[in-house]
Amino acid sequence: MSEYMIIDGIKVQIEGEKNVLELARKAGIEIPAFCYDPDLSIYGACRMCMFEDERGRLDASCSCKPRDGMVIKTNTPKLRKYRKMILELLLANHCRDCTICHMSGKCKLQEFAYKFNIEGVRFPNNACALSPDSSSNCIIREPGKCILCGKCVRICNEIQSVGAIDYAFRGSKMKIATAFDGDIANSPCVGCGQCAAVCPTGAITIRDDADQVWKAIGNPDIEVSVQVAPAVRVGLGTEFGFAEGENVMGKLVTALREMGFDKVYDTNIGADLTIMEESNELVQRVKNGGKLPMFTSCCPAWIRFAEDKYPDLLDNISTCKSPMQMLASTIKATYTGEKKHIHVAIMPCSAKKDEARREKFGGAVDYVLSTQEVVRMIREHGIHFKYLEESFPDSPFKEYTGASVIFGATGGVMEAALRTAVETLTGKNLDCVEFKEVRGMEGVKEAEYDVNGLKVKVAAVSGLKNAAMVCDKVRAGECDYQFIEIMSCPGGCVNGAGQPFVDAFKRSDMDYKGMRAKGLYDTDAGMSNRKSHLNESINALYDNFFGKVGSHKAHELLHTSYEPKKK
Amino acid sequence: MSTFDYTVLDRAIEEFGNAESSLISILQSAQEHYRYLPREVFPYLAEKLNISEAKIYGVATFYENFSLEQKGKYVIKVCDGTACHVRHSVPILEALRKELGLSEQKKTTDDLMFTVETVACLGACSSAPAITLNNEIYPTMTPEMAVALVKSLKENG
Repeated sequence: MSEYMIIDGIKVQIEGEKNVLELARKAGIEIPAFCYDPDLSIYGACRMCMFEDERGRLDASCSCKPRDGMVIKTNTPKLRKYRKMILELLLANHCRDCTICHMSGKCKLQEFAYKFNIEGVRFPNNACALSPDSSSNCIIREPGKCILCGKCVRICNEIQSVGAIDYAFRGSKMKIATAFDGDIANSPCVGCGQCAAVCPTGAITIRDDADQVWKAIGNPDIEVSVQVAPAVRVGLGTEFGFAEGENVMGKLVTALREMGFDKVYDTNIGADLTIMEESNELVQRVKNGGKLPMFTSCCPAWIRFAEDKYPDLLDNISTCKSPMQMLASTIKATYTGEKKHIHVAIMPCSAKKDEARREKFGGAVDYVLSTQEVVRMIREHGIHFKYLEESFPDSPFKEYTGASVIFGATGGVMEAALRTAVETLTGKNLDCVEFKEVRGMEGVKEAEYDVNGLKVKVAAVSGLKNAAMVCDKVRAGECDYQFIEIMSCPGGCVNGAGQPFVDAFKRSDMDYKGMRAKGLYDTDAGMSNRKSHLNESINALYDNFFGKVGSHKAHELLHTSYEPKKK
Repeated sequence: MSTFDYTVLDRAIEEFGNAESSLISILQSAQEHYRYLPREVFPYLAEKLNISEAKIYGVATFYENFSLEQKGKYVIKVCDGTACHVRHSVPILEALRKELGLSEQKKTTDDLMFTVETVACLGACSSAPAITLNNEIYPTMTPEMAVALVKSLKENG
């Protein structure tokens, strides 16, 4: 027997929906909500999603399970009155400087205030007086804009298991805080920025460094070069009317030149370099009995996480710098111009901003811009992005392979490394280059390959909670992987916090991570060269500059080391 | 930090277990022993119970009973529940604060001898107005009796 509910007079079949809110959405009824997120636990704090039953009783649709025969209304005079009151109270405690807020136009509170026709707030407002926390290289926290929906706390704990922030104090004094209410920079925060990616208001945003970059571009005595990460090209298009996941790299290169960047490079070259060094490192570790499993090292939030929580596993992490740093070091080392040279990296990521400031990297990357910042810069410059001609990045780092493009998706680094490592180990040409087992948006993917009789067991992991789970197993000696790829953001860099903001409901309605990843895999599939070690530019770079893979010079410029976090 | 004695915490963890749900009981043990929650407690419990320091801070700040500031050797709680209030508890509080140079913000003397705070109800309404000194009830107090009590404690150290 099928079970039904009547929602606003519509008979809706219950098919395992976890709450009334999702069931109503299936029927095309959008119930407003601040604190609900399909990917997180139910919190039930905002009370915007209340419904009214036949007897006039109210309940929250996010925390109420659908029951057969229930008859509810989602829009009644009583509910409208309550919702308006909730909004008015939230607005009374909210720093309403919308015109100068990064989330303007995307803010849920702004949207609902408009939708519910809030025409005035009767209470005094002191929220703007609360000072922001700008201690982090990655994110800015503005408590005056916080509506206590708790999404940041839940993603930080439930998905990332970082636990940098939590609810503190009580009642009207309640706030989101680090331990002892200290600066976020002194907390276990790894800078992944996923809190900012789910924040419905401007209470947590990605640090904006566009001003300094504009200044450098505007200075005729400075040469400004820029590199663009793989995931950026499939994330940025939606902001300019392209489909989710469409690769807009050609137009982006043109836009960056129009904006005044002197040289535009592709981080893909850095990714190909990474594969050369990292697959060599893996082969050496396997052949010479080195420390295994080897973890990838591309993701700066993962590195911070490991340095804080798994200091005993630091020797298992590849010494390879990230593609961003590898390319930046190479660009800076081979720069022959006379002008002062500033290098900018466009990343889908907030943690890269912190990575660029790691002392060991010597400031090879001067500024990191997130995809969001570049979108704003393109708009500020008045570029009609959609109608731009396409163009190619600059030489000599022009040619890249399909292997490097897929770095932006979870499993991509692993697949790219396998393409090169397997050929190196077997000495045979690999016909089928697609390692489909490590593709897809699952948090932990495992695969085992037979390479010349040698069993290679690998895992691709995204989301730091999943990473912690795998690390615990490695620590306990319970797994026999040789190679583990870790990306902090669920789904990989395509879902980085620096990418354009995606609303919670939009995130559950479509697989935007998968669509962005598909954009990268499609680009890879369309390329004639899909293996990093066959990249002519890279091979020329080794012949003319580094010598060979793993050479002294390569070690100096392309490798690094890690240190346990000081406590 | 290295000189901090963790045996109180170890004993509490042994008694209540290291599950997340034991946190409040363990914090209570710590609070009872130190009369407040020293900072060293947080990272230690975070590791032993596998929960974040931020979460422990959240619990510690949620409940009025936990204090993050060091308290005096003598903790005096002046009841300001309804029964005590109507039988003039406020003058007792004011007299104690005046005698010890304390206020609503400054609850503990600089020499860490006395802490004066208010509580909503001690459950000793028949003895109103009541105060407690280190959890021992002193019934039907007057401002003069309270000051005399503090003076005698000062003399005896």
